[in-house]
Amino acid sequence: MSRLLHGIGVGTGSATGPVARMAPAPALPAPRPVTDPAAEAAAVREALRAVADDLDERAGRATGPGAEVLSAQAVMAADPVLADRAAALAARGTDGAHALAEAFDGFRAALAGAGGYFAERTADLDDLRDRAVARLLGLPVPGLPDPGHPYVLVAEDLAPADTALLDPERVLALVTVRGGPTSHTAILAKALGLPAVVGCADAGRLENGRAVLVHGADGVVEPDPGPEAVARAADAERRRRERLAGFRGPGRTADGHAVPLLVNLGAPHELAGAAAADAEGVGLFRTEFLFLDRTQAPDLAEQAAAYRQVFSAFAGRRVVVRTLDAGADKPLPFATRPDEENPALGVRGLRTAARDPQLLDTQLAAIAAAAEGGAAQVWVMAPMVSTPQEAAAFTARARAHGLPVAGAMIEVPAAALRADRLAEVCDFFSIGTNDLAQYTFAADRTLGPLAGLLDPWQPALLSLIATAARAAAGRGRPVGVCGEAAADPALALVLVGSPWCWSVSGSPASRPPPPRCPGCGRPWPATPSPSAVNSPSWPCSRTTPTTPGARSGRASGKADPPPGGPAACPLPPTGARGRARRRGVSAAVSAGPAGRATGRSRRRTSGHVPGRGTAGGRDRR
Amino acid sequence: MHSIQVTVRSGKGLHARPASLFVQAAARQPATVTVGRPGQAPVDSRSLLSVLALAAGHGETLELSASGDGALESLEALASLLASDLDATA
Repeated sequence: MSRLLHGIGVGTGSATGPVARMAPAPALPAPRPVTDPAAEAAAVREALRAVADDLDERAGRATGPGAEVLSAQAVMAADPVLADRAAALAARGTDGAHALAEAFDGFRAALAGAGGYFAERTADLDDLRDRAVARLLGLPVPGLPDPGHPYVLVAEDLAPADTALLDPERVLALVTVRGGPTSHTAILAKALGLPAVVGCADAGRLENGRAVLVHGADGVVEPDPGPEAVARAADAERRRRERLAGFRGPGRTADGHAVPLLVNLGAPHELAGAAAADAEGVGLFRTEFLFLDRTQAPDLAEQAAAYRQVFSAFAGRRVVVRTLDAGADKPLPFATRPDEENPALGVRGLRTAARDPQLLDTQLAAIAAAAEGGAAQVWVMAPMVSTPQEAAAFTARARAHGLPVAGAMIEVPAAALRADRLAEVCDFFSIGTNDLAQYTFAADRTLGPLAGLLDPWQPALLSLIATAARAAAGRGRPVGVCGEAAADPALALVLVGSPWCWSVSGSPASRPPPPRCPGCGRPWPATPSPSAVNSPSWPCSRTTPTTPGARSGRASGKADPPPGGPAACPLPPTGARGRARRRGVSAAVSAGPAGRATGRSRRRTSGHVPGRGTAGGRDRR
Repeated sequence: MHSIQVTVRSGKGLHARPASLFVQAAARQPATVTVGRPGQAPVDSRSLLSVLALAAGHGETLELSASGDGALESLEALASLLASDLDATA
């Protein structure tokens, strides 16, 4: 079977379809002398006309806002002054490609100089210039292909700008030559629920129109698949979709073992989508967004307001807040020294607090203030904990601020190796598999060529995870996974099946979570109205703990109605359906590469305080 | 040569969509109309890129000029378009 192409698989599905390649933007060739200026001018006009006709034709086939965008681009390409200028340059001896580029650049400079709405149009001009130059040079037209039928997109790599335009109704699967398991393409594929194979070096050989079968789970691309293989894959895909469609939270195994499924959250605009997702809470609330692009840390009031928004959106659910993880790829002027030679191994995460204790104290105070009133079950954890002493210092400070549940990220191998000691002072662990892999394998997680070492199936990584989990289980501490390992459904099975009882996750799209009211179970609009979000009973008071003890987690039960009885669900009488479901899914996955982090609760004793509430450890081990 | 001055009423000025509507209307006119800021070099009103490059904001005054057959009729049509809120037309 040497004809199979191999790469890094993303997603669990498969799809068959004809290849459509995405051509790169053409590079301008060296200027060339023009022998027939009149012909050159005519060629320039013809190239612009062809681009305009193509866009017009596509606009005719498109619907909605897409059609309008394409029409507007067609009008620009057909601009008479643009054509006159480019043709005049060609008639004076500039070769066609440079004449086009120069004519476009004149307008581009004017629009860029105008700023605002006008400057936003420069991207359109660049796209049109590339298309016209490609036409003139006889090269494939750059950008997303539009063969007029569903296709398997094959590209060198995908940039965010390309993927924003990608229509999941038309694209069946993604195959890229470059990219790793955490590349933009892989994240996008998970968000859209598309099978993908990235880092597939031989994909460059696939021609337009060739049929391929893409297996996301195996990372295999099968060119010219036989009818039997196609039927087999289609059948498996159909059964997979049926299984997914039939699943609703809360997370559990077939035999009823509770496995909470949580979302990652890292920016305010993700909040509505994340809160609407079929998730039992937030497994990783990254707080960096509040601190980025600033010269000074936000004050207590500003932080508290931001945290409060999240806690109210997740009323009745768990929110695991990670304190500031500055440094490495997220340097902050007030927390990071610019002269570190190796920032991934530098003063980052909790280590920042040793240099600037006030930064952490203000944050903990703000989290505690926001948690007042008990909307959500608020847990806090520190990133980059290396020693039991660091963990003990952090949890003591968190408790001093009135935060009863405090834990540590396990992402440094030293912390995993000494997890038994950490478990003595922590209420829970959250395993950040991406950094744990990076530090275990001494492999920069941003480097594509090291993707093999960063594979979450690496036995050494799993050993460390097991070490940490065993230690936590010995003390009855919950363990969650927030990282790529938790986003791999097959690995999630391994984690859940281990004797230490895991929570798992997958990307929301791989287990489509229909947005629904977590209280009453009715479908939830992807973007709830502001009044609904701000309503004290949002999302649905059936799950909102109202007892004073709720914040400490002692009031148990997300599943139990509060003593006050359920208030009215703010949903309108008929729930939103259809596209809202898909949008909710995308918004949730955009929360992070892993899509979902996980936390866990032990067996069915949901809502207990770790290390306190329920009887000790598991019955096994 | 006839000219008329008119104030841009679109909320965000002559940006993408209003400019596009204006240019499409200009192309339908019997006379060739130029547009520009009073006292500055005008541009062809049928050129979307030229009209965008004017970067005319809300409340700015522009001058429309045309000559020959249908000049007045063309000017009137385009002036009334500029004086309406083109963002509001769905």
